Amino acid sequence: MSEVIVITSGKGGVGKTTTTANVGTGLAQLNKKVVLIDTDIGLRNLDVVMGLENRIVYNLVDVIEGNCRIKQALIKDKKYPNLALLPSAQTRDKSSVSPEQMKKLTDELREEFDYILLDCPAGIEQGFQNAIAGADRAIVVTTPEVSAIRDADRIIGLLEANEIRQIQLIVNRLRMDMVKRGDMMTVEDVCEILSINLIGVVPDDEQIVISTNQGEPLVGSDAMAGKAFANICRRISGEEVPFLDLQKKAGVFAKLAGLFK
Amino acid sequence: MKEKEEKMSLVDFFRRKNSGDVARDRLKLVLVSDRANCSPEVMEKIKNDIINVISKYMEIETEGLDIQITQTESETDNGKVPALYANIPIKGMHHTSGR
Repeated sequence: MSEVIVITSGKGGVGKTTTTANVGTGLAQLNKKVVLIDTDIGLRNLDVVMGLENRIVYNLVDVIEGNCRIKQALIKDKKYPNLALLPSAQTRDKSSVSPEQMKKLTDELREEFDYILLDCPAGIEQGFQNAIAGADRAIVVTTPEVSAIRDADRIIGLLEANEIRQIQLIVNRLRMDMVKRGDMMTVEDVCEILSINLIGVVPDDEQIVISTNQGEPLVGSDAMAGKAFANICRRISGEEVPFLDLQKKAGVFAKLAGLFK
Repeated sequence: MKEKEEKMSLVDFFRRKNSGDVARDRLKLVLVSDRANCSPEVMEKIKNDIINVISKYMEIETEGLDIQITQTESETDNGKVPALYANIPIKGMHHTSGR
């Protein structure tokens, strides 16, 4: 049974595309058949984060408009043959696609893939409406900042209004050193405020920047963020995985080990 | 003098709120009004329910009824807290209400 998952946040720059790339790659590492769709028409990014920017021939709008078949537009990942990307169009705008067309597309992709991940654009306008149209579940990405959380709250309201029942939260770019000294909201604070279930916590990790520079998702590596994404993937596929002890690296914070349970 | 200085800094230390806590409290407050503003339907439902309850005891002017979510100073010194503000003009009391 396949699932269509939209990765969204409201606010820009909190890590939607990075999350899509890492979760998609991580699910492929679990031997799932995965397709990633970049729905940010006009601001294409998922291709560069995946390192597939040089292989684009056709794009999402070409498929929607019938200029090519779906298969022609799908780009196979460099490492994982069971992972594909449907890139966005760079020279068009959001009105080139309608929610009905997106739903039809995702339903067609269900026949071939276990997971269809939609990288949602920032904002709550048509791009967002397109991205959520065919989704069964949603992953909301936020950082522990007031602006990002406020937008996440708005997004959660809109997802619920659109009858997306399963909505889960990723708290991204957590800095344990700042949480420890009281200068960053805790994961518990964020979960309590947004009152949705947590599916993962990703620490702020400079390895993410390095992996994005290289166009190779970090998931599965030994870096803390890589481990966090790998765990998120296992949770998405239904496994129960304990939350990472993000303090370990810092050593002195060991006392707060239970914080993420 | 020195003693006084030390006392001051100790008081300041306890009074100082962590910025993480400040962020959490500000967010909670702003989300109350965000959520209320985002759902006029809910506010309308609350309004109708209030009219129904109050009408049992007194005659009110439903046209002039105004409800909104605002912020108010907490009486227990918690800073600002969200509050449901209702302005309900009374036209008259029912005969039964005093008995």
